[in-house]
Amino acid sequence: MNLLRVIFLRLATTFLTLFGVAVIVFFVIRVVPGNPIAMMLPPGATEADVARLQAQYGFDKSIPEQFFIWLGGVLQGDFGTSISTRQPVSELVLGRLPATLELSVVALLMACLIGGTLALTGTRMRGTRTEGAIDVSTGVALSVPDFLWGLVLILLFGVLWPVFHISGRISPSLDIDFTTNFYMFEALLRLRFDVLADLVGHMFMPALALAIPLAAIIGQLLKQSLKETMHLDYVALARTKGYSERHVITREALPNAILPTLTLVGVQFTFLIGGTVIIERLFSYEGLGNMAIDAVINRDLPLIQGIVLLFALLFTVVNLVVDMLYVVLNPRLRHA
Amino acid sequence: MSAQLSVRDLSITLQNGVRILRNVSLEVGAGRVHGLVGESGAGKSMIGKAILGTLPHAMNVTGGQICFGDVDLMAMAPKARRTWIGANAALIPQDPLTALNPSKRIGPQITRRLVDILGWAKTNAKARALDLLAEVQITDPARVMRSYPHELSGGMRQRILIASAFAAEPKLIIADEPTTALDVTVQKQILKLIAQMQAEHGTALLFVTHDLGVVSKVCDTMSVLYAGKVLENAQMRRFFTHPIHPYSRALLAATPTYSNPTGSLAQVPQKVIDGVEQDIRHHDIRNHI
Repeated sequence: MNLLRVIFLRLATTFLTLFGVAVIVFFVIRVVPGNPIAMMLPPGATEADVARLQAQYGFDKSIPEQFFIWLGGVLQGDFGTSISTRQPVSELVLGRLPATLELSVVALLMACLIGGTLALTGTRMRGTRTEGAIDVSTGVALSVPDFLWGLVLILLFGVLWPVFHISGRISPSLDIDFTTNFYMFEALLRLRFDVLADLVGHMFMPALALAIPLAAIIGQLLKQSLKETMHLDYVALARTKGYSERHVITREALPNAILPTLTLVGVQFTFLIGGTVIIERLFSYEGLGNMAIDAVINRDLPLIQGIVLLFALLFTVVNLVVDMLYVVLNPRLRHA
Repeated sequence: MSAQLSVRDLSITLQNGVRILRNVSLEVGAGRVHGLVGESGAGKSMIGKAILGTLPHAMNVTGGQICFGDVDLMAMAPKARRTWIGANAALIPQDPLTALNPSKRIGPQITRRLVDILGWAKTNAKARALDLLAEVQITDPARVMRSYPHELSGGMRQRILIASAFAAEPKLIIADEPTTALDVTVQKQILKLIAQMQAEHGTALLFVTHDLGVVSKVCDTMSVLYAGKVLENAQMRRFFTHPIHPYSRALLAATPTYSNPTGSLAQVPQKVIDGVEQDIRHHDIRNHI
């Protein structure tokens, strides 16, 4: 089966990618101005204090030397210690990862749902005013970036009609002890729907802000390829068999029209994950992105390295999943 | 001879007012083969599409009647008409390479509509598909049922589409240039197969083509179409011996022959074309059945 080979090749290239990312991140953040040691010491510290701390964190060695020490640690699963919180980087990062994953996945699902509905409705109503309205609204949605949508949503659902929480991930008053950091997933499994409702209330706006531009892209591209597919002979043939327009669109055209959209969604999803950095900050959502901004502000070099590496890993995993889906959905690739 | 399909004064107009078909009338007798010949762009395929209800969005039927036996298709509600067509008529499309859904296996593409639209049991539909594939001379039908279209040759795909068209035992099949996209050796086999299947199943067949040679082999009656207008309806044999319309005569004269391989090809003379165009302007209809 071709699928296994695809996975194997991808895993091999993933390691190369990650190594490249590690190199770039490590050297670039050391070129950027700002000294982590200076941030840690109180005013009036002596030269000796600085030297002692620099030795403690290994900053007295040459940069290539520091890199290999760090890389050696990473290969053994030790990503170093955060300078600002003095906790292991791996612990910090893995603690925040579930929050960002849940946010991104919910945003992706929302984008697919909204974008798919727009595309199918637009195809069904092609040539009418409804299609025109869909084209205009996706155009607008696409030309406004996600963080601005965040502000618009806060204004709408946080201020004018306050139905959703504007900050945080969960209300502190809630009585529940989570065993994992996948709050939403866990609340769902434990059937704690009160908690789930609270989580949804917090996540709705940041997820929607992330989802709107992606939904617009999905809506536009999928509608376009659906409309092209609708002209093909096998679709016309399905019509003569007595099938309804809806069946023809969803069963005959969609499975083929979805392929180009899928590739694009894969690429755009990685942008969406990148977008969480600002959106999480905007909504004070305790995820990886929010932590990344703090880490940059504090010049917390080991933490920045850990977070960026994890983001890079996420991106490659997403691309791998998309490639696999592509093979599953397109039978012509299976035996090629 | 009772008519399985009768089209009367059918007119189709583009949204911008361009007329695609002008008062087209023709009949297909029950169990008979009717040829529809004409140049590219004459509107041959549009007649088929109008009957099956698959005209492009930009085209509208602006007049006329399409009767299927006693049933007036134009008077039916869209949904009722769609299912009625699905049960009683079928299409053999022009290009077998694009007429099968690339993401679905062959089996479901034949059987699903029998189950979905006609309410057959799944096992019956599958048995029927296997029988039909054997009937269109496909070896190892069970394997083909599990295949995807891209794994099969153009000729095999056209056989599958023919089998699929006959699956529900429709009363009428429209074959829209079914051999045009195939290479010459395969064309002959497919043509023979369609004629054979038509005779065995007793289905009325509307055979759309630009090839007079094909018409002479399979059709009982025929219509000549030019610029959206029927110039002549005729019995096939009579047409080849006594064509009435000047355009028909010119068309027959332009048929290339093997007897004079080095001679130049005859064209339809400009004088005839001008005459036809003038006729169309004067709504001069000639029906000769």
